[in-house]
Amino acid sequence: MLSRSDPRLSANIVRTAGGARVDLVMVADMVERGAKVLDVGCGDGELLRLLSERRDVDGRGIELSREGVNECVAKGLAVVQGDADTDLGDYPDDAFDYVILSQTLQATRQPRVVLEHMLRIGRHAIVSFPNFGHWSVRLQLTFAGHMPRTEILPYSWYDTPNIHHCTIKDFVQLCTAIGVKMEKSVALNAWGSPLRLNAPWWFWNLFGQQAVFLLSRKS
Amino acid sequence: MDEVTSSLKEAPDSVREADAPRDSLVARFGNDQPLKLDAGVSLSPFQIAYRTYGTLNADRSNAVLICHALTGDQHVVGTHPVTKKSGWWETLVGPGKPVDTDRYFVICSNVVGGCMGTSGPASINPATGKPWGLDFPVITIRDMVRAQAMLLDHLGIDSLFAVVGGSMGGMQVLQWAESFPERVFTALPIACATRHSAQNIAFHEVGRQAIMADPEWRGGRYHLEGSNPRRGLAVARMGAHITYLSDAALHRKFGRKFQDRENPTFSFDADFQVESYLRHQGISFVERFDANSYLYLTRAMDYFDLAADHNGVLANAFRGTPTRFCVISFTSDWLFPTSESRAIVHALNASSARVSFAEIVSDKGHDAFLLDEPEMFGIVRGFLDGASKARGLKSAKVG
Repeated sequence: MLSRSDPRLSANIVRTAGGARVDLVMVADMVERGAKVLDVGCGDGELLRLLSERRDVDGRGIELSREGVNECVAKGLAVVQGDADTDLGDYPDDAFDYVILSQTLQATRQPRVVLEHMLRIGRHAIVSFPNFGHWSVRLQLTFAGHMPRTEILPYSWYDTPNIHHCTIKDFVQLCTAIGVKMEKSVALNAWGSPLRLNAPWWFWNLFGQQAVFLLSRKS
Repeated sequence: MDEVTSSLKEAPDSVREADAPRDSLVARFGNDQPLKLDAGVSLSPFQIAYRTYGTLNADRSNAVLICHALTGDQHVVGTHPVTKKSGWWETLVGPGKPVDTDRYFVICSNVVGGCMGTSGPASINPATGKPWGLDFPVITIRDMVRAQAMLLDHLGIDSLFAVVGGSMGGMQVLQWAESFPERVFTALPIACATRHSAQNIAFHEVGRQAIMADPEWRGGRYHLEGSNPRRGLAVARMGAHITYLSDAALHRKFGRKFQDRENPTFSFDADFQVESYLRHQGISFVERFDANSYLYLTRAMDYFDLAADHNGVLANAFRGTPTRFCVISFTSDWLFPTSESRAIVHALNASSARVSFAEIVSDKGHDAFLLDEPEMFGIVRGFLDGASKARGLKSAKVG
């Protein structure tokens, strides 16, 4: 599974003037102050620290890589070594206000099961992922004839940890299929700016390089 | 009485330490303060030997309890009165160290059943004036923790900033978190488990049988009869010591190298360095440890099973706990493998406890927790720093 501490990923992600990753700021802005949050695949703890500084949350993390975990714990973050595909089942229902999966969905073995667990453990889920429907991805496959490699998907087909790519449209369909309520969604273009809110889905699916969704259970 | 006095004269240091520990403080609990044991009896009167380091702050919020392992004692830092060696956890505890005695008030007491000044089988039974021997009641990890809680009451400390320990010390940390969650702000169980496995019980049984098979043991009455089961205790230690190391560490240290010779002697001398090393470990252990104490403490570990007290559901042991946990394991520890720590973490997650868990890469086996492991130091320091901010402890020097 992809770790956000992986330099091949994070080096190419747009940062704000303050140095924070734009996608993480987007995620943080969706979280209520003082909430209890689980960050699945928390990498080196950048989002947890951002959440703690900006939103005063009670944050926990799961991370696959031992280096990432040990770095987080040494920073005083409550992080355990674990795998989103196998370890979410340990958590009880309604243990968190938000369960976050940032840039990791496409690297899980069972994205649907992971998403269902997230919405069982948390009242809300926040998912961000690279959009495989982006025009540059489509162009590479259609005209260059090879598996796409982009700024945020820099891997070759034979060594990529990303085994379940999806487009924004695919993700919306999954949410519909499992009966999830989409509360908010944002698509970011290649420069890290959000696309127009009133733009139609096909526009987002073509020009959004990555997307962030705030989800909740349908009551 | 004369018989006792004369035999004690020749007794090893461990016997004298059992009643009058050097370089230690002693808390005495009279008949009005019995220690109620899991075995269904009370220990009274009894005493606890302990040491403290650093200064307790004005609001008594910076106390850290260190729990020692099977063969450890209260001499965490500073010269050991018997071995004259440095304290057993000076790598982790001291001024400027991860458990910083410039910031925290560190307490470590000898466990009940031990032989370094807290009441145990080598202590004098006040009812008879003779060493307890096997008349000493069987104790458990929970009994050790109850005794420590009485010591804290005696010291006027309601709540601990942290409880830290490895191996049997880690078991006490978990027991503290289970028995007194409101008194434990952070818990650091290191290289331990919530129960002793069948394999671990088996190893302990071999050690106990070695002691009891020594004719000098005399049914546990060796203090009275002027003998000492040195060989049995040394063999027990040798066997146990192997379980504290790893194949890789033994190979790196000794390989198949000969000891002070070029060729095998075709005898049963200690031809190999690893044999010589183990013999040395066994012999030096006997000088500082009481054989009956070894029986009692290994038994206490065997009986430890935190889930059993909660209908087999470990998560129930920690339900709603306010304590912050930092669980640490080592990759090459096969006595308390990472899977045991992971079971603790799973249970804590299921109780939605605040838990950090790190596995540290080391080839040094179970003993790694006592050794120079910079990654562990960084984790303990970072975890305690974060917790001290949450607790509102000042980062500046206190006291």
